[in-house]
Amino acid sequence: MTENTNLSPKTDIEKQAAEANQQVMLSESPVGLETTTETVEEIVKAYPRKVGKKRGKHIVVRNDDPQQEIDANARTTPGIITQRGCAFAGCKGVVVGPFGDIVHIVHGPIGCSYYAWMTRRNQFKAREEGQDFINYSFSTDLNEHDIVFGGVGKLKTAIQEAYDTFKPKAISVHSTCPVGLIGDDIQGAAKEMSETLGISVVAFNCEGYKGVSQSAGHHIANNGFFKNWIGADTETEEIPGYTVNLMGEYNIGGDAWEIERVLEKCGITVVSKFSGDGSYDEATRAHLAKVNLVMCHRSINYMATMMETKYGVPWVKVNFIGVHAFAKSMRKIASFFDDPALTERVEAVLAEEVAEAEAKIAPYRERLEGKTVFLFVGGSRAHHYQELFADLGMKTVVAGYEFAHRDDYEGRQALPKIKVDADSRNIEEIDVEPDSKLYNPPPEDVLQKLREEGVIGEYGGMIPDMGEGTLLVDNISHHELDVLIERFKPDLIGSGIKDKYIIEKFGIPSKQIHSYDYGGPFAGFKGAVNFAKDIDLRVSGPAWKYIKAPWQN
Amino acid sequence: MLEATPKEITERQALRINPAKTCQPIGAMYAALGIHNCLPHSHGSQGCCSYHRSHLTRHYKEPVMAATSSFTEGSAVFGGGANLRQAFTTMYKLYNPDVIAINTTCLSETIGDDLPSLIDESRESGLIPDGKVVIHANTPSYVGTHVTGWSNMTKAMVTYLAEKDSPKNQINLIPGYVEPSDTRHLKRVLKELGVESVVFPDTSDVVDTPQTGEFHMYPKGGTTVEALKTTGDSIKTLALGPVASKAAAEELKNKCDVDYDLLDLPIGIAATDRFIQAVMEATGVEPTEGLMDDRGRLVDIMTDWQQYLYNKRVAVSGDPDQVVPLTEFLVSCGAKPVYVITGTPSRYFETRCKEILKDWVPEAIVKADADMFYLHQLIKNGPVDLLISNVYGKYIARAEDIPLVRFGWPVLDRVGHSYFPSVGYRGSMHLLCTILNTILDRKDRDDPDETFELVL
Repeated sequence: MTENTNLSPKTDIEKQAAEANQQVMLSESPVGLETTTETVEEIVKAYPRKVGKKRGKHIVVRNDDPQQEIDANARTTPGIITQRGCAFAGCKGVVVGPFGDIVHIVHGPIGCSYYAWMTRRNQFKAREEGQDFINYSFSTDLNEHDIVFGGVGKLKTAIQEAYDTFKPKAISVHSTCPVGLIGDDIQGAAKEMSETLGISVVAFNCEGYKGVSQSAGHHIANNGFFKNWIGADTETEEIPGYTVNLMGEYNIGGDAWEIERVLEKCGITVVSKFSGDGSYDEATRAHLAKVNLVMCHRSINYMATMMETKYGVPWVKVNFIGVHAFAKSMRKIASFFDDPALTERVEAVLAEEVAEAEAKIAPYRERLEGKTVFLFVGGSRAHHYQELFADLGMKTVVAGYEFAHRDDYEGRQALPKIKVDADSRNIEEIDVEPDSKLYNPPPEDVLQKLREEGVIGEYGGMIPDMGEGTLLVDNISHHELDVLIERFKPDLIGSGIKDKYIIEKFGIPSKQIHSYDYGGPFAGFKGAVNFAKDIDLRVSGPAWKYIKAPWQN
Repeated sequence: MLEATPKEITERQALRINPAKTCQPIGAMYAALGIHNCLPHSHGSQGCCSYHRSHLTRHYKEPVMAATSSFTEGSAVFGGGANLRQAFTTMYKLYNPDVIAINTTCLSETIGDDLPSLIDESRESGLIPDGKVVIHANTPSYVGTHVTGWSNMTKAMVTYLAEKDSPKNQINLIPGYVEPSDTRHLKRVLKELGVESVVFPDTSDVVDTPQTGEFHMYPKGGTTVEALKTTGDSIKTLALGPVASKAAAEELKNKCDVDYDLLDLPIGIAATDRFIQAVMEATGVEPTEGLMDDRGRLVDIMTDWQQYLYNKRVAVSGDPDQVVPLTEFLVSCGAKPVYVITGTPSRYFETRCKEILKDWVPEAIVKADADMFYLHQLIKNGPVDLLISNVYGKYIARAEDIPLVRFGWPVLDRVGHSYFPSVGYRGSMHLLCTILNTILDRKDRDDPDETFELVL
């Protein structure tokens, strides 16, 4: 890869901060190799032998090899207390649900729609004259009679009733476990109702048993978006300016709005968002953006690569979490457009924003510096948030994804090595061809240069960003979390709601990295400052000191 | 807020909007947590278990431990037997629970997994160690609601564990789908009255545990297997909340010939009086002075403050066992519950609420198997002074600018429900104070400066 000096920090403040950040990121684990190795042995030994053997491949002590491998995206052994959810959660819950002006009907018994109702904190603002269904839950509420005799009729009636009541521009349909078993043709129903009503009705076959985690649902969601919505606006021919789509950003706690604030300040126009604060009309114009900015590689890389093939829209992997990471990402975007005017504006904005954020973070960093963190979350967040913690001087000593694949750990160069197993084979892979009219990529020599500089089509994964002796644990189980806490005694653990109070009963503060503990935004410069305050209150809050009564010490 | 909701009410055949219920398995998981040293196990896709644990955690802000059979597409085709067998192996090696309480899901039910056979086979083949208890409840998500799931798992405790040996001078108390604070309070009342009892399931000291700096996978609470075995020897069963608790009481009657009284949850003055009377009749005890004083204090609040509740129009939504006595309590305070709904289909609910309301609020609309969208539309057509509902009501309250009292399950955004009861005389005092103070906060907010009062 050619060195691209355009990506380097320009001001002294940023240079110092970036160096400090990298030092934390790439430093050796303070835990010590012996303790780490012993702990891994203890973890694996507690399992039934065969299970332990499997789990061993998902637990890797980081060495000096940047090409280190790890097993991922494999089944969770039944009986293990796991963080993982299902394909429905990944499809409706994560990727499709955040579109706030679409009526999302869950086809199944009531529970799935109920649990996916407002719990992810995907914030949404209605567009001018637009609709807002973000706080609604829609379900066909299947009962025993429907399961025995089929639910397609009920689904069609439900779609009609939704249309009659709300007149939405689009309706999505999501199937849950039993629907797949009884064989309801939801695709046929959606097609028929789409023709009858004259609006987009898209069905997603995201039954919970598909795949091995939420990840299967992401892929199913991407396929549905791509086939039905991208390019559906056939009237708009061009959108002028530095246009981007914000992909794999779900606007938890308003993250997308902080990212947009900075992009707009630089003069960059967001055409569409997949899918936080997402809007149907905007999605149908996504193919007209010049570049896709990929935040969560795991959940949206399918769309990014399919849009590249069909429309010639390249993608840039970005990380807007962390001061240093955000600045790096902004420079990648400027490099992509390669326009001196834009570059200058981006640098001016960065100089201002970085200095302000650094000044505000400094007092918190003083208290947090040197503290250790575990991160068990997501398909990208366990990587992204390491950079933000490093901004605070906090070292991530153990990290793992809940549902990522090997390429999210090892980088996309791992893709050819990944064997497609039975669980992944059942998820549709779409054959994509360049569109005869709309394929409009940048010139090949430009693309070539951007590829060489690592600006487009490149994601290096989490592993190269972790220092020696740190530990990677894919799809962590409760047992593993328990042992790691006892042995490593970290200062903070970033995880999800199911783990939160387990961790805190140990007397260790936990930060929810899915729902943000109802705070945020944590993306961008203002987000980084919010995060510093938030982590400080969790680590330095006085209440922890009262766990033992005075007479107990 | 909720601006898409039209005022005009149209009948819906198929579309459920903003439900006032969820599915069976979560109720079963919650009930199972009320057994000591028990690991609930969800037999289905891992998403179910994840959703249920997340939701219960959000309500209690406590660890909620449960395992799953982690079905894949293969299990959906070939059945989940292999998954359950592996799950037993994993759970006993890693987590070593005394009891595993399995609930099914819509997936395993649609496949038709035969749980009793799977459990028997696993026991015969040694996957379930000697002395370990495994119980199960069929909880298809497409039948009933979360309350049905609680009811089925509670019944399973009797089916699997109740024994008839020699008579014991104790009663069984099935507290209903309530908070740990409620169960804790009912146990205290029985203790104060000198009544020996088996209270099951008992989630106190399970989902309201103290912060000690130590995590316990199996907290100290929960009804023990030994206690559950003796339920067949009790004098009588008091089953609180007919929708949640009748099935288990009836099972005990059929299996061990223990008679039961089916009572409303003791929320409010009249329902608590009936509960105390039932305890008196079953055991021959007399109420203590302390209990009578609590009763008197509750009535004192009702008389002292009735001007603020009298004739107030109230909308109520919640689970049937909670809403019936709450409606009765509101009427006893002079309020007018004009809309009373539940998401659970229940004839008991409609019959009882209509009976309670027929003289005082003849115009009231009572509907089971309803949803929050419908309730919102009712309110748009005829405003109310107060909304009492679970957390989901906050959107309606904001949209229509109505004061809200969070009551029932779930409450995901406030603290207190798991610590302060709303059953019994003391719990009813707490509930009534919350209702009154909410109304008074609103009055203070709305009153112009010249009528803003120091003393109320």
